[in-house]
Amino acid sequence: MAKDAKPRVKVPKSAAAGEVVTIKSLISHTMESGQRKDKEGKIIPRSIINRFTCDFNGVNVIDVALDPAISTNPYFEFDAKVDASGEFKFTWYDDDGSVYEDAKPIEVA
Amino acid sequence: MKFSRRDALWAGFGGIASATLANPLFAATVDELTAGFTGGAAAGTGGITLTAPEIAENGNTVPVSVEAPGAVAIMLLAAGNPEPAVATFTFGPAAGHQMAATRIRLAKTQDVIALAKMADGSIVQAATTVKVTIGGCGG
Repeated sequence: MAKDAKPRVKVPKSAAAGEVVTIKSLISHTMESGQRKDKEGKIIPRSIINRFTCDFNGVNVIDVALDPAISTNPYFEFDAKVDASGEFKFTWYDDDGSVYEDAKPIEVA
Repeated sequence: MKFSRRDALWAGFGGIASATLANPLFAATVDELTAGFTGGAAAGTGGITLTAPEIAENGNTVPVSVEAPGAVAIMLLAAGNPEPAVATFTFGPAAGHQMAATRIRLAKTQDVIALAKMADGSIVQAATTVKVTIGGCGG
């Protein structure tokens, strides 16, 4: 799974100082819940992303603990307050130890 | 067939859960999860908005959003899932609003519960029933 995970993040290119911007994030991942069975009736082991964080210039915006009830290709939408130009950093933590990262700059006019 | 203690345990997990049970040892109950999140504080109402569809055709991906102004953290629970925990959002100093939206799996028609922990330690709760046509639990 790990090599298939492809993060996609939508952040506005620019904002006014102090503006609240909406961020949408999605990562392709099967989020195998550990509840399903294969054709032989064996349980498919759990393999999910268990944590997602977003930071802006090193300051935390949101920290999400994910459980198997989050759908395939976990999607999150949330708001961040932007005081100055900088970079949003997104991090996903996989059950298998992989860490996926993405970053998006934003300019404050 | 003799009804052993083990059978009773399986029966207790209900139809869907017992058919697809993976790791019952890790499936905490709603009460346990709530207690762990609130620290035993009683949950009030108001100040939290949970938005979910009334009817979800596909339980594999149900859009939900939750907003609780002034909250430090929000926990989402699905009472009828084999594992009721859905997600816990913790908001940092750079959060614009204490709002989050995501997509969740629901095994069957059930209540979705949101609990928010406020900055002063108080707890507020909101719940809504979602009707699920096709369960999102695999099988």
